[in-house]
Amino acid sequence: MTTKLYDIAHSRAGDKGNTLILSLIPYQEKDYKMLCHVVTVEKVRQHFKGVINGEVIRYELPNISALQFVCDQALSGGVTTSLVLDTHGKTLSYALLEMEIEI
Amino acid sequence: MTQGKKVRIGCGAGFSGDRLEPAVILVEKGELDYLVLECLAERTIALAQKRKAVDPNQGYDPLLERRIELLLPLLIKNKVRLITNMGAANPIAGADKIIEMAKRLGVSVKVAAVTGDDVFEYITGNEIAMETKKAVSHSGEIISANAYLGADALLPALDTGADIIITGRVADPSLFVAPLVHEFGWSLDDVDTIGKGTVIGHLMECAGQITGGYFADPVKKPIENMSTLGHPFADVSADGSATISKVEGTGGSITLATAKEQLLYEVTNPHQYFTPDVIADFTTVSLQQPAVDRIDVKGGGGNKKPQTLKVSLGYKAGFIGSGEITYAGAHALERAQLAGETIKQRLNNKFPELELDYIGHTSVHPASLAENYKPYEIRLRVAGKASTENEAAIIGEEVEALYTNGPAGGGGARKYTNEVIGIISTLIDRDKIMSSVTIKSYDHKAL
Repeated sequence: MTTKLYDIAHSRAGDKGNTLILSLIPYQEKDYKMLCHVVTVEKVRQHFKGVINGEVIRYELPNISALQFVCDQALSGGVTTSLVLDTHGKTLSYALLEMEIEI
Repeated sequence: MTQGKKVRIGCGAGFSGDRLEPAVILVEKGELDYLVLECLAERTIALAQKRKAVDPNQGYDPLLERRIELLLPLLIKNKVRLITNMGAANPIAGADKIIEMAKRLGVSVKVAAVTGDDVFEYITGNEIAMETKKAVSHSGEIISANAYLGADALLPALDTGADIIITGRVADPSLFVAPLVHEFGWSLDDVDTIGKGTVIGHLMECAGQITGGYFADPVKKPIENMSTLGHPFADVSADGSATISKVEGTGGSITLATAKEQLLYEVTNPHQYFTPDVIADFTTVSLQQPAVDRIDVKGGGGNKKPQTLKVSLGYKAGFIGSGEITYAGAHALERAQLAGETIKQRLNNKFPELELDYIGHTSVHPASLAENYKPYEIRLRVAGKASTENEAAIIGEEVEALYTNGPAGGGGARKYTNEVIGIISTLIDRDKIMSSVTIKSYDHKAL
């Protein structure tokens, strides 16, 4: 079955300079392992093609059943001087949740 | 004797423009020991330095007067000590302003201003920027340089017994760690406990972001009574564990989900969260919900603090000019795209790098995600950089001129120019930083 991440998880976006930070937190803690398996660094990089131009690191936090994606060179040069509308990339949490996965 | 003792710290503001009312409710009804107001972003302090350069009595937070006006009598009446970075570029001027207000309000107050974060005089321009790996002067004319001070800089101020501690650039979690160290007598070298305190500070520092703010989604994550969103307080124990909750009757909610989102917010490495106090480990934190709107926070730890402190430098980065116009109805996107391409051709020589955003379609998310959506309304936004304000204004002028020189049915045109202050970072040896405390007080009865 195909589902959107939106249906099973939530996310908050943060920024540090030109780095985009996205959490991914399942509503049901039992879905954590499945998300670890399915939402790979490669899948995130592909999903944000044209947005993320640097390295993506994924951190696993089993204590709170959450994933954290740290995406380098993803905010058009950084919050303070970029020409884009959402300079912080704050809306991108919901871009991650648009990702479709097979469960 | 600290066994069983708890310290209650509220956070009544998470950014410079935060709402005023939640802090008032915290001080009125929260039975707090301390109130923290975190009001300083990287760029906020650079803008404050600009105001100080124009007027040496300015440079503190623009909302300081409005916040203090509401809070000062309540703080004194309820014996709640305030810790805030509203001093921004000029904590001493901020303290003077508070004293001036205390006189007017007829309230006795002792204010401690903590300075030492301003390291502009030490900056040569040859320091290497963490972002560009080039000399900082390469980015543009440097107008401000502020080091992130830690809890250690606030401790002498807390020791004076001051009712209000006002400072400039202090790492956000340190605003919470300092009163905990002061109350519990924690050693600054006890990295495990300081790490736990840092976790609590991080959960609290964005105020409403742990009580349902920046969280609510009416379909999947509904939050009740958003309009009266309450801000949080933490009851911290001597072992560094805490319970986070909010004043009963306020809106919003505190759940495992809100706490998890905030724990990870802006964290670039959960194993190593750098502050001036500690390199904290967030991966060992555990969260439990014992009751409605209450979260128990346990665990977390840390490693020895870094020898260097981060310095945030503001530099002049020219101007951004922008213009916007809306199209709606049949083929709105096609007409907006025609407008965008027309502007691009008209401005091509002057602005080789021009941002075209189709708001309502592809302005903030990857274009691939919008493929299956057909918008009814589209707002075109055009933006570009220039070295002067007059040049930047040309972009908005061209967008406005689309009314009579562009596609059919354009409306609601607006134009803007903004000076841009860029921010870059470098590191400075912590031994170069000397913080100090200046006391200002007013005794109403002495008159």
